[in-house]
Amino acid sequence: MKEALLCLKNVSKAFDGKTVLDSLDLDILDGEFITLLGPSGCGKTTLLRLMAGFELPDTGSVTLSGHDITHAAPEHRPLNTVFQNYALFPHMSVYDNVGYGLKMEKRPKDEIRQRVSDVLAMVQLQDFARRKPHQLSGGQQQRVAIARAVVKRPQLLLLDEPLSALDYKLRRTMQVELKRLQRELGITFVFVTHDQEEALSMSDRVVVLKDGEIQQLGTPREIYERPANLFTARFVGETNLFPGYLAAVNDRAITLDILGLRRTLQKPAFTVREGEQVNVLLRPEDIRVLAPEDDHGLAGKVVERNYKGSTLDSVIHLEDGTEVLASEFFDEDDPTFDYRLGEPVRVSWVDGWEWLLPVEPEPVNEEAEGLAADA
Amino acid sequence: MHRVLQQPFKTAVLVLVWGWLLLLVLTPNLLVVGASVMTRDPGTFLSLPLNLDSYRQLFDPLYLDVFLNSLYMAAVTTIFCLLIGYPFAWALSGLGKQRQTLLIFLMIVPFWTNSLVRTYALKLLLATNGLINNALMGMGLIDEPLKMLYTEGAVIVGLVYLLLPFMILPLYSVFDDLRQELLMASHDLGAGKLSTFLHVTIPLTLPGVLAGVMLVLLPAMGLFFVADILGGSRNLLVGNVIKNQFLDARDWPFGAAASILLTVAMAVLLLAHRLSQRRLGEEAQT
Repeated sequence: MKEALLCLKNVSKAFDGKTVLDSLDLDILDGEFITLLGPSGCGKTTLLRLMAGFELPDTGSVTLSGHDITHAAPEHRPLNTVFQNYALFPHMSVYDNVGYGLKMEKRPKDEIRQRVSDVLAMVQLQDFARRKPHQLSGGQQQRVAIARAVVKRPQLLLLDEPLSALDYKLRRTMQVELKRLQRELGITFVFVTHDQEEALSMSDRVVVLKDGEIQQLGTPREIYERPANLFTARFVGETNLFPGYLAAVNDRAITLDILGLRRTLQKPAFTVREGEQVNVLLRPEDIRVLAPEDDHGLAGKVVERNYKGSTLDSVIHLEDGTEVLASEFFDEDDPTFDYRLGEPVRVSWVDGWEWLLPVEPEPVNEEAEGLAADA
Repeated sequence: MHRVLQQPFKTAVLVLVWGWLLLLVLTPNLLVVGASVMTRDPGTFLSLPLNLDSYRQLFDPLYLDVFLNSLYMAAVTTIFCLLIGYPFAWALSGLGKQRQTLLIFLMIVPFWTNSLVRTYALKLLLATNGLINNALMGMGLIDEPLKMLYTEGAVIVGLVYLLLPFMILPLYSVFDDLRQELLMASHDLGAGKLSTFLHVTIPLTLPGVLAGVMLVLLPAMGLFFVADILGGSRNLLVGNVIKNQFLDARDWPFGAAASILLTVAMAVLLLAHRLSQRRLGEEAQT
């Protein structure tokens, strides 16, 4: 399970002199659900196309279970793609769409019939075999696209933002469905998305990309709780970012001045020196909002409240002007829990939940890789 | 309020369009149908009684020959237009937007010159001591002029030259709509270039092919002046027959019957085109 199925080594790609991927290395493990996450233009789709064979890399190599497929045509790669807009053949029925790949393999008719009806049953579309794609809903077209890609039993399934055209509710359903399919089929999934929530909830591992470079590679928990740099921290979830001044540095611990509060923390993985500044990251749900008469924390007042159903998200202005995002779960014991705008409060956070990052910009990648390897 | 303003305008437009069609399309065609079932009259051109003699005359071996020959010329023209137009439209759709616009513009420029004038220009090129023969002789490639003018070949060259844009434009439109993702999907599923072409490209561009064939095949049978100028004075095309019946032979019923034949052929092709589009469904709801 844990050996590399697809290896990208030193892969670069430029379009019209503009670098899209910059000497990138990535190992995709057999059987995993890995997500390429990043804003538009980060190179995630290009990376997927390199794997599928629609683009050829300028440098570097692509190997699939030990075979070099860098220059192999798409039709000769044992992997299949689910396209963003499904790319179903409009002139063929659902049955013919799904059977297309097997027909190209020149499989016997009986086998095609059997395998197509099996896979249509798996995506619950057995009654729609005779329909044309335009007679199906978006969710059904999506399932046909998946069926068409998995019927060939590829070693690797590439999914290019497959859920982006669906509405929120259907997207959630399809997320669960995709996970189920992946478990049942045991196929390695490479999933491209710009939706960080989707990436966190579905993946075994997440690759965070920006400007054609890997920012971080790790489990969803690592990405969220221990971001390798500011980009990842900001892109994945909401973040409070406070300046921290290093008051003292020991062998294992450091003393930090955060907004006037003094905290002693574990020494971070990157080099720190006394007197320097670091970034202190706290997620909104790490923040504790206290009563104004509480004896610790920082004083401020509520300037915004957002009812989110399961949480109450608020923005608090501290006295020095710093803005703090807080996200609190509703408490069953206090169903009327809410804030007034302008209400004075105190703000604190759970000790030890701070995450430290060096001050950027300037080179961040060495640290990023160090941290990712560490994690 | 919007509706109130919209309704009279809508009505006016519809009346105008329908009035136009009734007056200038339906009426002339009914007149032609009427003429085709009347009897030839040397004095008044048309007279009673009504009969189907003209249609019977269409099957006269003499005219049947002309029709078949005309169909053959038109078919050859269409095939050449398709052979040139299909790859051209394909290549065109793959270019950048600016170059596409430029090439389409260049293709349309000749329309600003009357097609009769352009046909005479072709005559100057193909004539015995025309430009091509003079050039070839000047280069010493041939000793005596080639016979190009007044051949069926010359007529086909003229027809292809005049009708090629009508093949390219509908083809370009279907190639432009053809989503690259569909071709990628085909490759992804294991189809090579040829299989993808046969199973995806051709079926999806078929409506464009049929539209192009319609726009080339029937006009090719009717362009009598091309046959007159480049083919000599022979009845090469149905168009020549029709023209001669009306202007020279003064047999209006027969000329009318011959043009009805072309109209019916057009209707059949339209129907085929309609069916092929329905087969593709309303597709493209991405």
